[in-house]
Amino acid sequence: MSAAQWRKAMNTGAATQAWPRQRRVATATVATAPAPSPYAGSDAPAWLEWLWERVAARHVFVLAFLVIYPLLATPFFTFQIGAQSLALGLIALSLTFLGGYGGMISLAQMTVAGIAGYMVAIFGVSGTAEISLGWPWWVVVPLAIVIAVVCATFIGWLSVRTEGIYTIMITLAIGVAFHYLALQNYSVFNGFQGLQKVYAPTVLGVNWGEPLPFYYLALFWSLAGYFLVKYLIRTPFGIALQGIRDNPRRMNALGFNVTAHRVAAYAVAGLIAAVGGVLFVWYNALITPGSVGTYWLINILIIAVLGGMRHPIGPFLGAIVFVLVQNFAIDVFARERFNLVIGGVFLAIVLFSPDGLLGLWARLRARFENADARSRISTQRPASRA
Amino acid sequence: MSRFWKWFWWIVIGGPIAVFAVWAVADNTRLFFVTLLNGLTLASLYFIVAAGFTLVFGLMRNVNLAHGSLYLLGGYLGYVVAEHTGWWLPALAVGFVAAAIVGLAMQVSIFRFMQGEDLRQTMVTIGLSIVIADILLWVFGGMVHQLSPPAWLDGPLRGLPVINAYSTYRLALLPLGIAIGVLLWLFLNRTRVGMLIRAGVDDRAMLSASGVNVNLVFAITFAIGAGLAGFGGVVGAVELSMVPGEDVRLLLASLVVVIVGGMGSVVGAAIGAAILGVAETFGLAYAPTYSVVFTFVILVLVLAFRPRGILGRPA
Repeated sequence: MSAAQWRKAMNTGAATQAWPRQRRVATATVATAPAPSPYAGSDAPAWLEWLWERVAARHVFVLAFLVIYPLLATPFFTFQIGAQSLALGLIALSLTFLGGYGGMISLAQMTVAGIAGYMVAIFGVSGTAEISLGWPWWVVVPLAIVIAVVCATFIGWLSVRTEGIYTIMITLAIGVAFHYLALQNYSVFNGFQGLQKVYAPTVLGVNWGEPLPFYYLALFWSLAGYFLVKYLIRTPFGIALQGIRDNPRRMNALGFNVTAHRVAAYAVAGLIAAVGGVLFVWYNALITPGSVGTYWLINILIIAVLGGMRHPIGPFLGAIVFVLVQNFAIDVFARERFNLVIGGVFLAIVLFSPDGLLGLWARLRARFENADARSRISTQRPASRA
Repeated sequence: MSRFWKWFWWIVIGGPIAVFAVWAVADNTRLFFVTLLNGLTLASLYFIVAAGFTLVFGLMRNVNLAHGSLYLLGGYLGYVVAEHTGWWLPALAVGFVAAAIVGLAMQVSIFRFMQGEDLRQTMVTIGLSIVIADILLWVFGGMVHQLSPPAWLDGPLRGLPVINAYSTYRLALLPLGIAIGVLLWLFLNRTRVGMLIRAGVDDRAMLSASGVNVNLVFAITFAIGAGLAGFGGVVGAVELSMVPGEDVRLLLASLVVVIVGGMGSVVGAAIGAAILGVAETFGLAYAPTYSVVFTFVILVLVLAFRPRGILGRPA
């Protein structure tokens, strides 16, 4: 092994060296509420204490706001802004999980979501009767998700053979290849037109395609995805994954199967993206090759980066900003220049705040916090990581 | 790999291709050779564009996803020049120089400040490609621009054996690609700057320690790599026409070429371009619906057996 290779091996974590510093700032938000537990020593049920430890006032506020939001907003805001942000956020969440915790930036997450969407349209009901099989939703949705997860695992298996930037290139190539396949194939994917009139089913007497039920459906699955990621990153699997992100060579030396962990991360991310994809196809009521084209592949990356990849709330923040810009940039700029606006915003974020809006927020907080608080955080850090 | 397995894979992969070739020649000799020529000339264009991509990657570990945008930029500017002056050769020069200047500006103003941050650089190039593509759409609109070839390359070349006639311009792409490949090889292997670039590819830090201004070497490489994309843009503007979306197509082609051929290797880019170009045109000619799938299958096969590409070396 040459000197250069040694140096490279030792510095594999160099590119990610900014992360621990950022994480310390990020944990500030977790560790600033050291109120004594009123349940210490009392005989209150364990779950109440568990809740007290983990739930802060802002959690309750955000959740309450999310639940009553559609009652305050017009159907347009509920559906176009709220539900779309949630569905896109869920797809971007899969990228955040892969990129933020696994260190693998995959541009094929929209492809996985698109595969799930296409499967829903192909096995379920759509406007193209000669392709759609018209199976009931409770067969179609699980089947679509399983197929998408299998595809995601395959994509993962292909791309984990490579590292870092190679992953972006290969997933981009895979994503564009699927786009062209959907574009050129008429027997299954119905070519350029795609599959139209793919509506959410009516279950329990509720039409889930209506703005209000659809919003709650999207909210439920977004929360499920959010808590799944929150939970996973604390499991041994999640910890090992983060170790692999920081230094695969050392984790390999410690006896962890790096490839298996990475492929598993792709599978989990595929599951999240697939659920998001099903929601997204119901939201649009159609799926076309355009939905899995480069434009959307990159939009998912934009959303994830815009929000920040350090925390699973990031992609949802990014999605809200993205959807708002998409809907209201028309009023400020010409509609055709949307790409310029969002591309410029993305560029500015990547250039000046690599951690996205969350990083910006953490930096602002850090600036206004006094030195005392900062020292307290640093002493608490080991505890908060355990 | 033992000799047996080597032979095994040659037969498993090469066998069907040979059978197909024999069948295709027997079935329709002219179609086969026209397709082969189409493939090789397309490969030539892919090589010109991908060589710049792989050069930049090899030295800087920077995946320039704005490479397709530079291609489009070069093509559009070449189109403007050719329209106004009526000459094609100045258009080529302008395409090269304009893309090189933009590439140089990118390197000097952005990438210099994020050395070693691969993912961030990649994302910056994605942002740049969105912005450049949209500005080009703004300026040139969405319609198809097509450059006409120079008079001395216009029209078909007649009297060829087997295929009778073939587009002169297209045929000229083949020697052009080879010439650029040879020039690039000579530049990298026989000049001082080329020597520095190769040294930088092998060990950047050591090159810097031995007193070379690495930033200057980076800037030169980036300019040449970007310039090749612009050059390819003008060449491609005649053959493929310029339209928004072409940038993504050429970016994808460059990605596949360098993944298949091995990143950072110019010879690898040539091999990858030849494989991709031939596979794509044969797919289009013989199985139009699934031509993209061929590209994908090649990608999968190469990644499965040689994760770093055919000529790729461990980084």
